[in-house]
Order: sequence, then C-alpha cells, then structure tokens
Amino acid sequence: MTRPLLAADNITRLYDGRVACERVSFELWPGEVLAVVGESGSGKTTLLKCLSMQVAPTAGRVLYSLRDGRTVALADLSEAERRFLMRTDWGFVHQDPREGLRMGVSAGANVGERLMAVGERHYGRIRGTALDWLARVEIAEDRIDDSPRHYSGGMRQRLQIARNLVTAPRLVFMDEPTGGLDVSVQARLLDLLRGLVRTLGLSVIIVTHDLAVARLLSTRILVMQQGKVIETGLTDQVLEDPQAPYTQLLVSSVLQV
Amino acid sequence: MSAVLRIKGLAKQFRLHLQGGVRIPVFDDLHLDLDAGEALAVTGPSGKGKSSLLKLIYGTYKSGQGQILVRHDDDWIDLAEAEPRQVLDVRRRTIGYVTQFLRVIPRVPALDIVAEPLLERGVPAEEARARAARLLGRLNIPERLWSLSPMTFSGGEQQRVNIARGFAASYPILLLDEPTASLDQENKARVLAMIDEARAQGSAIIGIFHDAADRRAVCTRDFDLDRDAA
Repeated sequence: MTRPLLAADNITRLYDGRVACERVSFELWPGEVLAVVGESGSGKTTLLKCLSMQVAPTAGRVLYSLRDGRTVALADLSEAERRFLMRTDWGFVHQDPREGLRMGVSAGANVGERLMAVGERHYGRIRGTALDWLARVEIAEDRIDDSPRHYSGGMRQRLQIARNLVTAPRLVFMDEPTGGLDVSVQARLLDLLRGLVRTLGLSVIIVTHDLAVARLLSTRILVMQQGKVIETGLTDQVLEDPQAPYTQLLVSSVLQV
Repeated sequence: MSAVLRIKGLAKQFRLHLQGGVRIPVFDDLHLDLDAGEALAVTGPSGKGKSSLLKLIYGTYKSGQGQILVRHDDDWIDLAEAEPRQVLDVRRRTIGYVTQFLRVIPRVPALDIVAEPLLERGVPAEEARARAARLLGRLNIPERLWSLSPMTFSGGEQQRVNIARGFAASYPILLLDEPTASLDQENKARVLAMIDEARAQGSAIIGIFHDAADRRAVCTRDFDLDRDAA
C-alpha cells in the first residue's frame, strides 16, 4: 500500500476551554508501530481517544484508509461503517483489562463474541478459533471456560489481546498495555506483543510513559509535552540522540539497572 | 567499482540542554565516498566520533547539516532528509550494522535473534533458521545454547550472536563497530574471514577496529578522523 493507513490532521481537543492536545499531525503507514510518549497530563491519552473515535476532536480531522481502498474522514463515516471499524478493523487494548473484557462471561466467550460480531455462527469453529487464540497468548486450554474474574492481571491482559486480535484487525490502539502489571509479567507480555505485531504485520499506536516499552515495540516515537508534539523520529534516534530539552530530560531520567 | 555511499559536508554537534545548553562539536565538514568492494577502517583517537559516524550513517544519530547519500536499489536516498519509513527500508535491505553490544530481548532465543533480519525480508522461517544455525555454528556457539535467550551468555558469546545477526542477510553496506573486540584468536579469525568474504562478494564495509593487525587484515584503506575529516 502506498498511502498512510491513518493520518491525523491538526487534531485539537479542548476540555472546558483547556487544551488537552493541540494541532497534532502525523501519518501512520501500514506495519508501523508508533509510540506516543510523554508524562501524565501531556495529552497522549486524549490524542488516542480522538484517533479511535472515543472522543470527538474540537478541531482537525482523522483520515483513514478503508479496506476497499477509499480514504475517509472518520467523522464522515456512517454508523454501520463506524461499527465495522470498531468491531473488526480496529482493536483497542486498555490499560485496565476490565475495561476491554466482559468480566461476566468465560474467557472463550470473550474471544468468541468478537467473532460472532463479524457474522461467525458455527459454534465448533468459534470454539476452535478461541482455543487457538488462547494458545497464542499462552493461556492453557483448560482455562477456556473460566471467567476472567479468576485470572491474574497478566492473564487478563493476554486475554484482552486475544479478544482484540481474533478478528484480524489492521490497526490496534493500546493505552499503557503493561501499565498495571508486575515487571516480570510485563516482560512476557511485551515479548508476546512484539511477536504478534511482527507476525501479523499489525499497525499499532501505543501510548506509554515507559521508554523501555517504546524501545521494544515501536519503530517510531512521538513525544508529547503539554498537549503538543515536540519531537518525532525513529525510535532509536529519539532515544539515543534526543533533540528537544524535554526529550533529553525524559531519556536521561530512565534508571539504569 | 560503483559508488554506494557519498557523504557531503556532514556536520554534527550535540547540544546538552540539561547541562546549560553546552555544545559538543563532533564533525564540521566531513566528506566521504565509498565504493562497493571496499573495506574502510575508521581510525582516530577515542572521542573523535568513530562510533558517531557509524550511527549517523545508520540514522541513529540525527545529522546537523550535509548529505548522507546511500544507493538504495537504483536510487540515491539522502538519509539526512529521509522519512523514517524510508530509513527503515534502507536498514532492511541496504545497510547492516553490527553494534558493539547485543540488545538482548527477554525470552527471544539466540537462533531467532539471528534469523530476524532474514524474516524481515520475507525469507521463509525454515530457511532463515537454517542460515542462522549455520552462522552460529561457524562462530562456535554451542547448539545447546541456540534455543536460549542470550541474556545469560558471556560477553564474547553475546558479541558472536550479534555478529551472526549482522551477517545473516547480506547488505551492500555493512557497518561494524569493534566486531573483534572481545573475541579469542580463533573466533577473531573466523569473524575476519566473514568480513573478507562479504567484501569479496561486493559489500562495502565501514569498520572500527581497535586492533591494528585486525584492521590491516581486512581493510583496503583508512579514513582517519584527524586527518581526513578536519
């Protein structure tokens, strides 16, 4: 594909007149993993919500290249197209898996539900695909009928990833996907995510304040401070040769072990 | 032979904003031409920017002024101006880089680390792993270690995994930052032979070698940062 999958064009979002993010523009090309980094309150989560249609931008627009080749402004989509994107073409991995899972139904149903939403009706196939995805995120077969209530934090997060990826989305949004997890659990999840992103050729926009996460997963970084993008570039370049004073501060604040 | 890299008027300085905005100049006006089949040794005292030059060519450091023209397929791309995805494509197919230290990822086995550059070019997994296995074998990494993450490997073993990774795919331009630094004589000889083979097959090499004998063994000319990049 010779055009961006998604393009943000001067996205601004105000809350009660206060700027959350301001004039953010960038392009995301197929297969790219873009990390949005910055401290709490820098506007990165607001930006992610604007990009994924959870919040309407106050100004600016988001262009998206649909599977049929058309490029549309997200705000102009019909309700049906919007639903298709949310259920199939996009995934959204929340920091808190409880926001992305249905805690009242089994793990298998959590994965199967997304398949049913795209028209799959055959019970055997749904269960087979669910089992396959649980294995890919390293959840044992005999846990398929358990409720995620009885899962650990790391398992819930892996289940949330399986639920999102089962419909073969082209674009996945992630908001601090390793945020609430123990360090040892984080490493496993990051490695898993890294493998899935590579083998599936996913495009990803990931919000994180953890530069190690950005280093491991992303190809490009966008640094935000006070609602504005202050630096962008290849991940290794931004981390090894940061230009802006704030980026230098961020990079130099990482503890070496 | 045909040119593969042309650096024109390259300038680089670091500006340390957290330390009162002090400026550290590295290069002022560097010119360098490199042909296929050449092996260039970057020389000069410590702190003169040998590693920085490799990082500028790879795009890990951002250049201040000037051009870094790289022959990529049939085009010339100025890496100083290129979009990130163009730089990534150049890294995938045109410029390889063996860094001084292996960047270890938890849980990823040595064999997969070495095979990765081939997988990124679309080589089938079985073929990529077979080539990775041959390289690890050639560099004396015992087979029982191939399925382990190199996290617990010795420094020399990690470096050999890193070299195997750098040589897994062939590149028209290969950057080598002290590839023989922590190797014993036997492994050093094997790495030098691999470098020479890559050059004989038409790759252009830019290397930093601490050891003058290693440098003389594989390089066709020197580029001295004091003398040639003044």
